[in-house]
Amino acid sequence: MFLYITPYAPPYGSRLQTIQGKVAELRQELNSGGKKDKNYSAKKIALKKIVANMTMSNNDMIALFPDVIGCMNLPSLEIKKMCFLFLVNYSRMKPEIALKALPILVDDMADNNPLVRALAVRTISYVHVREFVEATFQPVKRLMQDNDPYVRKTAAFCVAKLYEHDKKMVENSDLIDRLNRMLKDENPTVVSSVLASLVDIWGRSESISLTIDYVSASKLVSILPDCSEWGQTYILEALMSYVPQDCAEALLLAERIAPRLSHSNSAVVLTSCRVILYLMNYIAGEKHITSLCKKLSPPLVTLLSKPPEVQYLALRNAILILQKRPEVLRNDIRVFFCNYNDPIYVKVTKLELMFMLTTKENISVVLAELREYATEIDVHFVRKAVRAIGKLAIKIESAAKQCIETLLELVDAKIPYIVQEATVVIRNIFRKYPNQYESIISHVIRNIDDLDEPEAKAAVIWIIGQYADRIDNSDGLLQDYLATFHDETVEVQLALLTATVKLFIQRPTKGQQLVPQVLKWCTEETDDPDLRDRGYMYWRLLSTDPATAKQVVMGQKPPITAESEKLDPRTLEELCLNVGTLATVYLKPIHQVFRAARPRRLMPSPALQREPVTPINGPPPSLPTGPGGNPTITGPNNMNEAADAADAYFSGIGSQQMASMNIGGGNASQSQYVVNQNQQSAYQPQLAGGVATGELLLL
Amino acid sequence: MLSGILIFNQKGENLIFRAFRSDCRPRLADIFRIQVISNPHVRSPILTLGSTTFSHVKHENIYLVAVTKSNANAALVFEFLYRLIMLGKSYFGKLDEEAVKNNFVLIYELLDEILDFGYPQNTETDTLKMYITTEGVKSAIANNPTDSSKITQQATGALSWRRSDVKYRKNEAFVDVIEDVNLLMSATGNILRADVNGQIVMRAYLSGTPECKFGLNDRLLLDPAQASDTTPGRATNNNAGGKSKARRAAAGSVTLEDCQFHQCVKLGRFDTDRIISFVPPDGEFELMRYRATENVNLPFKVRPIVREIGTTKVEYSVAIRANYDSKLFATNVVLRIPTPLNTAKMTERTSQGRAKYEPEQNNIVWKIARFSGQSEYVLNAEAILTTMTHQKAWSRPPLSLSFSLLMFTSSGLLVRYLKVFEKSNYSSVKWVRYMTRAGSYEIRF
Repeated sequence: MFLYITPYAPPYGSRLQTIQGKVAELRQELNSGGKKDKNYSAKKIALKKIVANMTMSNNDMIALFPDVIGCMNLPSLEIKKMCFLFLVNYSRMKPEIALKALPILVDDMADNNPLVRALAVRTISYVHVREFVEATFQPVKRLMQDNDPYVRKTAAFCVAKLYEHDKKMVENSDLIDRLNRMLKDENPTVVSSVLASLVDIWGRSESISLTIDYVSASKLVSILPDCSEWGQTYILEALMSYVPQDCAEALLLAERIAPRLSHSNSAVVLTSCRVILYLMNYIAGEKHITSLCKKLSPPLVTLLSKPPEVQYLALRNAILILQKRPEVLRNDIRVFFCNYNDPIYVKVTKLELMFMLTTKENISVVLAELREYATEIDVHFVRKAVRAIGKLAIKIESAAKQCIETLLELVDAKIPYIVQEATVVIRNIFRKYPNQYESIISHVIRNIDDLDEPEAKAAVIWIIGQYADRIDNSDGLLQDYLATFHDETVEVQLALLTATVKLFIQRPTKGQQLVPQVLKWCTEETDDPDLRDRGYMYWRLLSTDPATAKQVVMGQKPPITAESEKLDPRTLEELCLNVGTLATVYLKPIHQVFRAARPRRLMPSPALQREPVTPINGPPPSLPTGPGGNPTITGPNNMNEAADAADAYFSGIGSQQMASMNIGGGNASQSQYVVNQNQQSAYQPQLAGGVATGELLLL
Repeated sequence: MLSGILIFNQKGENLIFRAFRSDCRPRLADIFRIQVISNPHVRSPILTLGSTTFSHVKHENIYLVAVTKSNANAALVFEFLYRLIMLGKSYFGKLDEEAVKNNFVLIYELLDEILDFGYPQNTETDTLKMYITTEGVKSAIANNPTDSSKITQQATGALSWRRSDVKYRKNEAFVDVIEDVNLLMSATGNILRADVNGQIVMRAYLSGTPECKFGLNDRLLLDPAQASDTTPGRATNNNAGGKSKARRAAAGSVTLEDCQFHQCVKLGRFDTDRIISFVPPDGEFELMRYRATENVNLPFKVRPIVREIGTTKVEYSVAIRANYDSKLFATNVVLRIPTPLNTAKMTERTSQGRAKYEPEQNNIVWKIARFSGQSEYVLNAEAILTTMTHQKAWSRPPLSLSFSLLMFTSSGLLVRYLKVFEKSNYSSVKWVRYMTRAGSYEIRF
């Protein structure tokens, strides 16, 4: 679809010449005009050309740095803006030349035009050069008390910028105190900017904590209507640092924030959802909770009429919120039905949500819908739909029969990838409901020749082995597969080994020739350690005590459940404190994806409705704690953290849902169909590549 | 918050690169080009690599990309990208590669103004046009300190979307109620989903600082007693359905599932007494959006009969009927009827309008320029298929219909009043227009 353009640079020599020529030409143009050029129109045109070339032609324009600085002090705001732009872009590469612009910027911070003052303080704080940072400290203090609100709000952001350049210097100054005092500003835009700046600083600092008491929180909520939509978002984000000490306070604030849910900006809506969900942790009384939950539902659905990217975000958050507060989204499930033209990432997420919302009552509607999806063109989506039908059979026992009928109808259409997908889920249904639906075995076996994917083959081989005594020609079927044993993948080989042993145990006469052959292959002619080990185990089992072998191999196994979509409580709590952020798209523990993100936890308070999942950084209560300062604390502490990290890691890997979110193509999308190899349902290395390490997330 | 904004063309050339934080390195442009633009497998708008996240939106022939570090507010990121598109449209007519290339300086200037340290600032078009100007958009305000204060007050004030000095000789307000009706009908003729996404667009040409009050036939407003026992947002309230629906229909009111309002609307007011009260921006803006799912009037009923005869022939008989009043008429009615991929020859005839087979889209496109209420038209067609060595089932995508119909709302929504209060007490003229369009109007067969 996209044209791949090979680098378009002409041979190096000629390019160099043209660039040099261009630079010289522009320099001449910039210095032309002379005194006749009253409005500096020649300079403006030249500068425009330079700016246009800044991004488009690598960094060749840097040669003009001194000339551009020469224009910086001309009495034209238009020229000044262009020069500043140039400065911000190139100062880092040539700090020594940039320094020449410093006096001009310092002067401009004292200009009597507020737009110029703001422009200067905004520009100077973008320049990552020590002298610039140092020169900003004193003037910014003055500008924080400027009589123009536009200058004050720009100065407020300037503090956060300085903090990015030099943490220490800001912490050693009184800038943060001054910033704090600005919260009393009469102008709502200034207050929201101060909050954004403070939250930004807080997010990058280990030493600074941000606390907001009820009086401040209440005041912040009262200025919400007077702020721009972005300002509202900053205030709402800051409110996450307010820890209610009293249920009534939390309730009151939540109710006062609720009107924001009708804002047309989805950032305001989702951030309001975040704050309300957070406050709910501190609100007692079912009635209040229910009423708040009811308010969250319609806005989430309304976001589905926004552009697809926002829809996607709303849906991902719906998946999250549903786990925390199932009473939200008691909507008609139909609003989540896929439109034919939805982008694939929206469709797949809707499918997940539909699966979660399906109940005994609406399963017929959902099945009809899923059946429809199974006829669409996008293979990936069709497979998901088929898999969802199978998972519903496992989730809702009373509807299992209905699901199976739907699956069999789909199998009859004989589209290879549908048949394969259906075979895998039918295997899972057999495992979940032993001795109930075996009547359809013949129906499944009929399509055996269409299967060419390892997972589907393994599934059908499992069925043959498990029900070897019911399938007349089970030995023949296995033999067909065994003929190509050495060419199969390990997954299929393992399945064949187990199935052959099962055949032998159930029908010794039929299996007695096959078993020694297979055991020999597995133990002597394979490089795979798992296959070999399992081969030896079966061998010894069968040679020592055939009766016990039967008990072991054919024994009762614990039934499987619908593949778990649930996040563990700790991750769920953390993600709910981050509704609307990127992490909710991934639905993974935040530090796995964003290592630098500052962790958020529910803070304890008398009003908190339950204990936080684990106290922050504290050792678990059962561990003996040494006296303060004793190094033994750090021991268990670290271990605890390591264990937590390991738990989080494995739960992430085990979760099929995460795998299924990988809509990127390539290897990722192939591996995700590996649900489980031969009844080992837990940890598969399917995510061993980028995703598990958090390095590369293709989504 | 945002570390940088990048704009690319479809070839992957980086047109705009503006970093707001020092962690937005130039090489990120190459990474995005390689990982997203030239990677055909990418299907998600969000890509996280290491600690860097690229969120992108495609618009016309350009990619607009936001670079963020750490766990940013994704809703804010996308809302901002869409706002940038809107600003571009308002400044240049449309935002595409050509517009970007012709306006590098202005775009950089805009970005510098609407983002500070990656935090979105005032993005109201009206205010921005006061001091960020191009040949097309000239501002009367010169660069002197008093005028500048006017701008700064405006940009940080509570009414940041409106200048105070707006003057019109004739005060007028136009209200457009535009509904997108969505339908998903099953092959058996059951309605799987029918709902309305409505938007109310206002063009306000009003002097001074007008306070507007806007009234709809919203059930919760008209009948507050009933409102107390059923809260909005309960679509599944089927038990009480029959009876209360009848009562509602009689009252001529509609139930709005949910509403979302422009920044100018006083949300607190709406939350307490459901009054829509606001000081409008000057000119055109989207006042509100709403959703309705009850008593949706479907303007068209489509009945397709499609028979696959053996593997070589498909017969179509598609009837479409207009359910609205015979005095009304819909325009630009286009029905797209999917055909199998291996169609070799197509013959079609219609009782009205024109039908054409478009092989590249695998569709029969049936256009009826003017469709009067209560009429019904039929299309008959026959597709001859080529035989294929590898017989694959036809996926039968749904028929889709598009149309626009004036003076009709599928939800039954009506504007009851629009009152304008201004201290100079001028009289104003108000106009209302209704239109229903097809959103995703799909019929399976």
